[in-house]
Amino acid sequence: MPYDESDVLVYDSRRAPEAPDKHLRATSEAAWVRRSLIGIAVAFMLLVLVLPLALVFTEAFKKGFGVFLESLADRHALAAIRLTLLVAAIAVPLNLVFGVAAAWAIAKFEFKGKAFLTTLIDLPFSVSPVVSGLVYVLLFGAQGLLGPWLQANNIEIIFAVPGIVLATVFVTFPFVARELIPLMQAQGSGDEEAALSLGASGWQAFWRVTLPNIKWGLLYGVLLCNARAMGEFGAVAVVSGHIRGKTTTMPLHIEILYNEYNFAAAFAVASLLAMLALVTLVIKAVLEFRFGEELAATRRH
Amino acid sequence: MAVPLTRSTPLRTDARPAAGGWGFVKPSVIPGFGVTFGYALTYLSLIVLIPIAALFLKAASISPERLLEIATDERTLRALITSFGSSLLAALVNVVFGVIIAWVLVRYKFPGKRVLDAIVDLPFALPTAVAGIALSALYAPKGWIGSLFSPKGPLNLWIDAQLWLPEWIRAVEINFKIAYTPTGIVVALIFIGLPFVVRTVQPVLEEFEQELEEAAATLGANRWQTITRVILPRLTPAVLTGFALAFARAVGEYGSVIFIAGNIPYVSEIAPLLIIIRLEEFDQPAAATVAAIMLVIAFLMLLVINLIQAWSRRRFDDAV
Repeated sequence: MPYDESDVLVYDSRRAPEAPDKHLRATSEAAWVRRSLIGIAVAFMLLVLVLPLALVFTEAFKKGFGVFLESLADRHALAAIRLTLLVAAIAVPLNLVFGVAAAWAIAKFEFKGKAFLTTLIDLPFSVSPVVSGLVYVLLFGAQGLLGPWLQANNIEIIFAVPGIVLATVFVTFPFVARELIPLMQAQGSGDEEAALSLGASGWQAFWRVTLPNIKWGLLYGVLLCNARAMGEFGAVAVVSGHIRGKTTTMPLHIEILYNEYNFAAAFAVASLLAMLALVTLVIKAVLEFRFGEELAATRRH
Repeated sequence: MAVPLTRSTPLRTDARPAAGGWGFVKPSVIPGFGVTFGYALTYLSLIVLIPIAALFLKAASISPERLLEIATDERTLRALITSFGSSLLAALVNVVFGVIIAWVLVRYKFPGKRVLDAIVDLPFALPTAVAGIALSALYAPKGWIGSLFSPKGPLNLWIDAQLWLPEWIRAVEINFKIAYTPTGIVVALIFIGLPFVVRTVQPVLEEFEQELEEAAATLGANRWQTITRVILPRLTPAVLTGFALAFARAVGEYGSVIFIAGNIPYVSEIAPLLIIIRLEEFDQPAAATVAAIMLVIAFLMLLVINLIQAWSRRRFDDAV
């Protein structure tokens, strides 16, 4: 029987059939409800999130680009930027190695007390930043448990760079691990078992099979870890001692400038950290958009 | 013919995994447990567990009378009340707007949605000190928002210009200070806590079975009934978890609060700030005690969150 080509329904997998939106579906709201809810959400986010961000950049350039550059080229500002980069450069790799090791042990093996260990890893997130700094002061400070011994051996930790690094490591501790653990648990260990059965060594299996599998999740965790490491304030404030040009990171430098009513300079340095936050958000959004499937287990907090 | 599975069939029994027969770790062909577990545990102990233990050791070395005296000191109590009260208020505001934002982001299409979705995480990414000085400048009496409510602000001028209003209404002078008052603390904590609610509710809404809504509609429920009786109960565990996370974060928050709070003792002084003040006064016992109280409460919050999730798993067969 002859037939016309247009009679045949061709299922086009590329395009979803369009729903006739003429009638209100039972699973949606009236248009005015939709519009007001969107309006409320957008207005609230503009007020709470966007306005403070806009203010940072406005204040930073209020007195002109020259003053902005001058504030950043200041000796103490440069020292603060250097220290911030140094602290992040130590803290992030430390937590990266820990995160991979912990995720390997937790995701690839069954052992007793695993849930407890996972909870302990998340612990620093529920501790106030100020308390995170305080614990090191109580341990290494002049009046602390190890204080006398450290003084006798001329080792400076509190009110010096090592203390700042330690406090930063503490507050950024869970970031990489908590991204990797659910991801590696979801992936299982089938791939590694296959690699091992084909004669790969454990190290080769990790390097050539596991790492490519987790690379985007790893990057995601490192990104968040780095943002927090560079921006940490409370924990670092407790251990730093605020020695200008020596133990002030960028957030501490901002505090000093702000308390001296040097708002233009404070917001100039703050705008750098705000840029870092924006770049972090953009990369994060791109990762979620491009590799959403691979990050599926970790995507949301 | 099937071989009966009795004790006389050793091949079969040997092949069966020994149920619970492994000791600490289940045997696996994957190598590296010892190294990775050992390293993770050592690192965890050195960085987190031992320092926290040192804090409790310090608090335990104080005599019970002194401990009680510090804990019930007027200033300590006021600081704790300020911290917990403003955190509670902020978390409640975040629950209301967080659920609306999550709903809008999951259910509706509108231009700029992707940007809005990305911006939700700003408080996670923006350093707290930056947020602190920005909010402080924004809500100060001369700031963009603060000036709206100041005595000579546009709101007052506008009311004064409304000649049709009775004299006594125009005579009322709005003088609402936000920065440097407890209200400012709540404003900062709303900023800090918002993503916690949105990001816990959002995935649950995304996974929500729309068949349930259709079923409710076919059974005669109107949209309002469907939302309040079908959707919101399903969201309850996620909302509670988001609330608890936002609350827990707010209680410990320091950087974004101290710039806007004004830090007046007994009025707008938060507990983390009091810890720092005691430390600067070289009063380590007092600092350790306040910190220990906050830590214990933080652990309790963590327990509550875990209980909510266990309940949610039992009730809805998923975790939030």
